[in-house]
Amino acid sequence: MLSAAIFIPIVASVVLALLPRRGASGPAGERRLQLIATAIAAIPLLLIAVAWLRFGSTGRFEQVEALDWIPTLGIGYRVGVDGLSLPLAAMTALVFVVSIAFPVDLKGRPIAYFALMLFLEGVSIGLFLALDLFLFFVFWDVSLVAMYFLIGAWGHGDAQRSALKFFLYTFAGSLPLLLAILGLYLVTEPRTFDMAQIIRQQPLAGGGLYAVLVFAGFFIGFAIKTPLVPFHTWLPPAHVDAPGPASAILAGVLLKMGTYGFVRILMAMMPDTWAQFALPIGILAVISIVYGALVALAQTNLKRLIAYTSVNHMGYVILGLAVAGTAITGQEAARAIALTGATVEMVAHGLITGGLFLTSGAMLARGGTYEMDQYGGLLTRARSLTGITAVLAFASLGLPGLAGFVAEVQVFVGTLAIYPGLAAIALFGIIITAALFLRMLQKLFLGALPERWKRFPDLSRVEAAALGVLVFFVILIGVAPAWLLNVVDSFAGPFVGRP
Amino acid sequence: MTGQAGMASMVVDVLPELVLVAGGVLVLLYALIAPQRAQPGAAVLALGVTLVALAVSIGMLGGSESLTFFATYARDRSAIWAKLIVLAATVAVIGLSVPWFRRDPRHGEYYTLLLYSALGAILLAGATDLKEFIVAMLLSSATGFVLSAYHRRSSPAAEAAIKYYLIGALANSALLFGVALLFGLAGSTTLGGLSSGLPAQGGPALVVGVALVIVGLAFKIGAVPAHAWVPDVAQGAPAPVAAFVTTVPKIGGFLFLARFVLALPPDAAGWQPLIAVLATATMTLGNLACLWQDDVRRLLGWSAVSQTGYGLMAIVALGASDLAVPALLFFLLAYVAGNLAAFGVVVELRGRTALSDYSGLARKRPALTGALAISFLSFIGVPPLAGFFAKVLLFAVAIQVGYAWLAIVAAVNTVISIFYYVRVLAPSYFDEASAPVAVLGRWAAWSTFASAAAVIVTGIVAEPFVRAFTESGLLIR
Repeated sequence: MLSAAIFIPIVASVVLALLPRRGASGPAGERRLQLIATAIAAIPLLLIAVAWLRFGSTGRFEQVEALDWIPTLGIGYRVGVDGLSLPLAAMTALVFVVSIAFPVDLKGRPIAYFALMLFLEGVSIGLFLALDLFLFFVFWDVSLVAMYFLIGAWGHGDAQRSALKFFLYTFAGSLPLLLAILGLYLVTEPRTFDMAQIIRQQPLAGGGLYAVLVFAGFFIGFAIKTPLVPFHTWLPPAHVDAPGPASAILAGVLLKMGTYGFVRILMAMMPDTWAQFALPIGILAVISIVYGALVALAQTNLKRLIAYTSVNHMGYVILGLAVAGTAITGQEAARAIALTGATVEMVAHGLITGGLFLTSGAMLARGGTYEMDQYGGLLTRARSLTGITAVLAFASLGLPGLAGFVAEVQVFVGTLAIYPGLAAIALFGIIITAALFLRMLQKLFLGALPERWKRFPDLSRVEAAALGVLVFFVILIGVAPAWLLNVVDSFAGPFVGRP
Repeated sequence: MTGQAGMASMVVDVLPELVLVAGGVLVLLYALIAPQRAQPGAAVLALGVTLVALAVSIGMLGGSESLTFFATYARDRSAIWAKLIVLAATVAVIGLSVPWFRRDPRHGEYYTLLLYSALGAILLAGATDLKEFIVAMLLSSATGFVLSAYHRRSSPAAEAAIKYYLIGALANSALLFGVALLFGLAGSTTLGGLSSGLPAQGGPALVVGVALVIVGLAFKIGAVPAHAWVPDVAQGAPAPVAAFVTTVPKIGGFLFLARFVLALPPDAAGWQPLIAVLATATMTLGNLACLWQDDVRRLLGWSAVSQTGYGLMAIVALGASDLAVPALLFFLLAYVAGNLAAFGVVVELRGRTALSDYSGLARKRPALTGALAISFLSFIGVPPLAGFFAKVLLFAVAIQVGYAWLAIVAAVNTVISIFYYVRVLAPSYFDEASAPVAVLGRWAAWSTFASAAAVIVTGIVAEPFVRAFTESGLLIR
């Protein structure tokens, strides 16, 4: 079942790539292809929804599917879900369906575009479901290559350069990760890449220099992907020059691979070392929060602004993780809340920022620029674009009743109990974010409508429907989050050892 | 092992080699008597010979491992796998050569040289005696020189061959001195004799002897300090020959280097740090030379140098890690398949080599560009391609034997390498195509696609290879 969610889009992408090109030429052909691709992309979403219904909240890996791959080296194909991976896989599938359905300039290569998007969907879902370090890394690296081609071929501006920068940076991050995986693998006994077994073995529980080096490898790898300041410099150009749907996936899904790796691998397999470094990590997270918000405030380019708020939001996630990983006994409840908050933030950020990047793609398609000063007064011309962007922006700044609030309030509650000083500084991030989003809304939609936007078209039905789905879940998590929180808590509670 | 029965069983041990010897003669005779229009028949004949040798070698995989011919030649599974890789690569190169040499009026004997060059690499892979080693080196080198200069009237080919020859002559004479020194120290030329006869406490004569032999081997595998011929041959030699001499001799060279370092006294000669330094220099130099390269064939040559540097990591780990031999063999498998695919694309594109000529290639020749991308991504080490798996094993053995710094150097080099591989791939995929793209034909295309498919398949279905390589001995006595 889970494997089908991974491999149906991958196989479909290969079939699509081998298809004759005639069927996809012309606007009608492209529309038909987009419909087919969206339908295929929805299959994993359905399969994960079924997995959600069958989910037992046992706190262990469930619905595990395992197969020997390279048993001589302890490498297996192992997938499964728990309260951490299930929400992320579901969010991934949802963001992909919406992004694939979203209209985009295909630059005369529709088949390659949809094939790559479907391929990336399968790979991304696979990463969150993988229960084997080797398999995890395979999906990790392959996702980079697919995203490289998406940015390079369908991006705009200096797309090739941004794509290369993205590839170089994130691949540079993946190599320390690979070395760390190997470092961990070599001390397991018997040697294995099986995550569940490594978590049980805790091979580096003793600490020491070797453990710190392995930790550093993992940390750099995940920090570049997340990205955590000062490893974030690849992010703005990649986001700005990528096509809207690819930005949505980059922010919504690919960044989560880093934060997910922090929890799934680093905190679970080396909890002692994490606890040892929890405070410095927390400080780095707060720097990301404040720095990301301040730099976002200074942007005039809509997409760069959203990109930097991602740095800010990933800071909340890491702050929650730092708090959750402190080995302070007696504070298990607070740590569990922080971990739940961080996980929900991953999901919420995927939906919200994915949506915001899609709306910025829609702006570009209509106005030809991301410069916010060029717009204004669009409220009168494009009501559904305004409404959807406003809801997403308010969700992103943490307005109660929307998904971002649910996540951030839990992160702050947990942090206040353990690092009150950090929580106080991080609060500035919230205030700055509120200011910059309000200013963004004002620049785009309020004020006088420039003469040349008199015919600014509103969202098409497809665009509105696609974004509407995201908005629906943002509001649902905001007002009735129990269905999500219960699942996440089934992971977070046992993880921190809450009695 | 004396008498009729003993001789007969020893002959069986070298059956694939004998097939190549006889087959080479057969091809030569055919080339002499066949009219010009029937010269391509020599290719078919050579193909048949190689396939027979391949089949015989596969049949030997199940046998027991031991030395043969009075401890001068190994019949272990590492040697057999090396044979299989050499022969499979030769099949691919024959496929590439058929359309390339079609217009050459007399080229039948080209295939004899190819077969004997492959034989040289095979002998090198199995040699466990320094004299045997010298013969194998000379056979492999001499044929390589002639093959590189096969386009008699092409001045780049002549220049490349001269450079190849001069560096080769220097390296081979260094090697002879080294062998003489080691023979004097150990009183024996077999590797088994060296391992028991060499002075355990070292000494300058031992260090010099070892260093000179390693210089000779560095020439064969294209490593620093005898690497300078690689880019010239890659650029100037006939493209199928470039594909051959940057891959096949390397297999033999690596295998003998592995046996050689295993025969050295563990502490005396200091070979481990020496090889680690050579690995660092080789991968770094190869990479840096690639960075601003505007000639794709020259780039492939330098990239072959840097790949050798990665492979040397397995040598560093020999004897200290249970994964060193699998890492070495898997690296060779991945490297050979990837390199043949990359050069195959160049051959199929009629030797097209200027970087600017690759702009927009994907729109005109999607399958060929795909093969090039697979090869390059495998060199970078993107999963699930073979090159990724090779790098995983190489990094792992380096970390395992306490050479984590070497793994980090290799990782940094890997990141650098992305830059120049992408410099070819990005314009091929992202730019608009200009002129139509002419290709050579089916034989070269099949060879290329088969090599690219091997890169994918051996990466995904790695288990049978890893298991077989783990069970492969690397004998010296």
